Amino acid sequence: MVEAIDTPIILADALGKTVRSPTGDLTILDDISFLIRPSEAVAVVGVSGSGKSTLLSLLAGLDTPTRGRVLLDGVDLNSLDEDGRAALRARRVGFVFQSFQLLHSMTARENVMLPLELAGSADAAAQAEAILARVGLGERTGHYPNQLSGGEQQRVAIARAFVTRPRILFADEPTGNLDGTSGALVADLLFSLRAEAGTTLVLVTHDMKLATRCERRITLSAGRMLAAP
Amino acid sequence: MIARMLRLGLGNVRRDLRAGELTLILVAIVTAVAALSAVSLFVDRAERALAAQGNALLAADLALESANAIPETLAAEARGLGLDVARTLSMRSVLQSGDRLQLTELKAVDGDYPLRGQVSIADAPFDTAREVSEVPAPGTLWADARLLQSLSIEVGQSVIVGATALRVDKVLVLEPDRGGDFFSIAPRAMMNLADVAATRLVMPGSRVNHRLLVAGGEKGISALRERWQHLNDRGAKILDVRDARPEVRTALERADLFLGMAALTAVIVAGVAIALAARRYAERHLDTAAIMRCLGATQATITGMLLTEMLVLASFASLAGVALGYIAQHVLAATLSGFVGDALPPPSLAAVAGAMLIGIIVLIGFALTPILSLKSVPPLRVLRRDLTPVPPRSAMVYAVALLALLGIAPWQARDVALTLYLLGGCLAAIAALALAAWLAVRVLGRLRRHVGVSWRYGLASVARRARTSSVQIVALGLGIMAMLLITLVHGDLIAGWQRKIPPGAPNQFVINIPPAEVEPLGDFLAGHRLHAGGVFPMIRGRLTAINGRPVQPSDYDDPRARRLVDREFNLSWTVGLQPDNVVTAGAWWPEAAGAPPQFSVESGIAETLGIRLGDTLSYDIVGETITAPVTSLRDVQWDSFNVNFFVIAAPGLLEQMPATYITSFHLPAAERTALNELVRRFPSVTVIDVAAVMDQVRLIMDRVNLAVRFVFLFTLLAGALVLVAALQATQDERARESALLRSLGAKRAIVARSLLAEFIVIGLVAGVLASSAAGLTAWMLAEHVFHVDYRINLWLWPIGTLAGVLGVGAFGLAGLRGALAEPPASVLRRIA
Repeated sequence: MVEAIDTPIILADALGKTVRSPTGDLTILDDISFLIRPSEAVAVVGVSGSGKSTLLSLLAGLDTPTRGRVLLDGVDLNSLDEDGRAALRARRVGFVFQSFQLLHSMTARENVMLPLELAGSADAAAQAEAILARVGLGERTGHYPNQLSGGEQQRVAIARAFVTRPRILFADEPTGNLDGTSGALVADLLFSLRAEAGTTLVLVTHDMKLATRCERRITLSAGRMLAAP
Repeated sequence: MIARMLRLGLGNVRRDLRAGELTLILVAIVTAVAALSAVSLFVDRAERALAAQGNALLAADLALESANAIPETLAAEARGLGLDVARTLSMRSVLQSGDRLQLTELKAVDGDYPLRGQVSIADAPFDTAREVSEVPAPGTLWADARLLQSLSIEVGQSVIVGATALRVDKVLVLEPDRGGDFFSIAPRAMMNLADVAATRLVMPGSRVNHRLLVAGGEKGISALRERWQHLNDRGAKILDVRDARPEVRTALERADLFLGMAALTAVIVAGVAIALAARRYAERHLDTAAIMRCLGATQATITGMLLTEMLVLASFASLAGVALGYIAQHVLAATLSGFVGDALPPPSLAAVAGAMLIGIIVLIGFALTPILSLKSVPPLRVLRRDLTPVPPRSAMVYAVALLALLGIAPWQARDVALTLYLLGGCLAAIAALALAAWLAVRVLGRLRRHVGVSWRYGLASVARRARTSSVQIVALGLGIMAMLLITLVHGDLIAGWQRKIPPGAPNQFVINIPPAEVEPLGDFLAGHRLHAGGVFPMIRGRLTAINGRPVQPSDYDDPRARRLVDREFNLSWTVGLQPDNVVTAGAWWPEAAGAPPQFSVESGIAETLGIRLGDTLSYDIVGETITAPVTSLRDVQWDSFNVNFFVIAAPGLLEQMPATYITSFHLPAAERTALNELVRRFPSVTVIDVAAVMDQVRLIMDRVNLAVRFVFLFTLLAGALVLVAALQATQDERARESALLRSLGAKRAIVARSLLAEFIVIGLVAGVLASSAAGLTAWMLAEHVFHVDYRINLWLWPIGTLAGVLGVGAFGLAGLRGALAEPPASVLRRIA
């Protein structure tokens, strides 16, 4: 499958984001271009305020750029409306966030079932049970997020992200809210699951140790790209 | 796709219920629907009960009147429908005693008469009357005081009726269906139907009025009415309570207004509670919606899920509400059982379905816009929590709610003017409250430099949350206003109504006073210290043409209009407008002499007969035609019991016409013997005793008062719910701030005091504003809808303010007690 390897799964083309602020226009990202190939793991690094999270939101279609374009799995996000981007996310994208973003009224199982249900999957419960067992939470599927530790909550979030077998996983500081031990456990889980499924990973972090586990790094500073190998 | 949305929606209902997210909104809907259904089901029943009260004036629920004998098959048909049946026969006949003759209104009744109401009789003329449920025994006659007087006989003597003689057994004071025109009746007598044959008065061609009275279940009555409308008898007329006296009709219409006001207030207050609860629900579900959007849910999916959730919720809550409302109206019906008499049929399925539908409409109207705003939560919120959806335009929220209210209101209140005034009052109150709240928040913010630390923090919180504080003050103000309206103002309005029949209202009318006896009669009344309510000329005339076009009874479909055209009007002329009359169109003639010929017509009769301002009316008065234009229309307070006329002429037009005079006065029960003296001294006048009808109107007022008080209990509950909902709206924010303060070292007592200060300030402002709004709304309702004299109740302000301060303080602190006792870190983790 030569073609699949050569075709980028994510292409950022002269991306820019400017917002209005009380003191005038504020450029958060400027002239960002790169490509990511299928199954690649890429870290986006930089200090706080360098524009990492904004870049992730543009790549995932959570936000729209002021300039430039993003091709996600060959689809120009600019050509889609919000619902079109949502549909694309539902089929091909998974997320892991720093603050877990679990729904507090749902059990671990229900949280993992949610993306399957949104995609209309028939055996959501069984799939959710299986992947929860894979992340080591097979005994805690009926627990609510507030009954789980931070590390356990993030493992539920990882299970939710992988349960639909997405082509791309966006992770925003996945260990940022965790202590060292839990963080390491979560990171191991993330990388091993991605390796098993061949998922493309875009990892936003300021943790250089975590970043080095990726194949490439994109470094941002004040909204511009410093280096892209 | 639809199945997926249903599954997601149902799952959400289950989860949100379990998490307690829906408790408030659920209670709000149950309360709203319970209030609405109790109101509508009870109003339905109360109206039927009040109509039954009015039916006593017909001695039946429905009557068929005909110049021809009513065939037994019709009676059998009514009995077949499970109805009670009675027959009466009335005619004018000359009764004789010795050489004295008197044309008399004679009524023959069977043993089942009356089916509604009771007959009042006395042992001697003007003695204290008592109500009985019997009729004259065969061979006897009950005669009214005037007949005894004109025949110069006493109880126990006999009178000749046609070919037979009947012994006068009792004095007839009032029969329930005396009805019709009080002022044109001859003396009255009642006899047994069994004696009619012996009198030989009923011959082919004699003018006799047969009535078949029926009473019983609602279903049977309406079925019978339907059948009677297709009868072949052209002379037959169907009579129901609308044909009763105008005083009672006015009282019934006003009763409708009061109940309508109760119902509509309940709808509005419940709606506000639902809107507040929905807003909080939406705020607490922003993250859920954002995560779902991030995971790929489209707007349609989220909309479908939320709609499913709302509809499931509305259906269950409405069902529970209707059940609760059903129980409530049952309790109420039981308390009124003595009044209603027969058991009422249970509320129909249609009424129950209607109440459920209203629950869904109210929910959609007040909750849908804020809740559906969740569909447009930006998915980026998962990364940036400060992002919220563009809030629905306030105008949009209000417009949808208003539409829902307007859709329901006429159904609930049935009166367009009441609906508009109440809605207008609420909208104006919301606008005024919003403006005043905004100003108050600004001013209070500046005061904080001059107070202690707890108060400073409390005032600062009010000022910092300027928008939320204002919304809260408006909602709380509306809740308190509704409570004031229903507790104080409603009592004041009822009192205003009752004042219309003050203890000294005229209860005796004297008619047929010859011009020469006007003065001597005035002297007689003054001599007995009986206050006369004014003397008016009375001229009888028949309406012959409107705008030159001859008028025939057959021109009208409305039976009342036909009757009005068929009979002679009592016309009068006067210089000044009576105090209980209000000109609604055109202008009253100047009081100076020389006003051109013109008429003023009562607006109700003008509508019935199709008379408009500027039309020319022609009356035939003793053979002469009098024509003049209509220059004003008047509303008349018929339940004031003053002498009033449908048609009044300007002085000059009728002055030369032969007239008798009419006056009225109040006769205390203890001085009834004065009536005997009056009829002896002035043998040609007729005294009409309306004390019994007045008692009937008073009874209706009392019942309405009781009914409205009960209905308002629900409004009160809805008001309390608004308080809770308004306070819950900021509960999370307050809990988080309190926890922050405590984590920074503030003692719990200081935090509690500062919260209390904030609540007191909000309650104070809301209370003062609500009192003013309630006073203003009451005044407008009294002036324009109820037409009663309203005195602003100064207790509104102290009570409203106290209710605000205590209510908000108590509910507010109670809501945060848990958070104050919880360790700060746990609060912050829970609410983060």
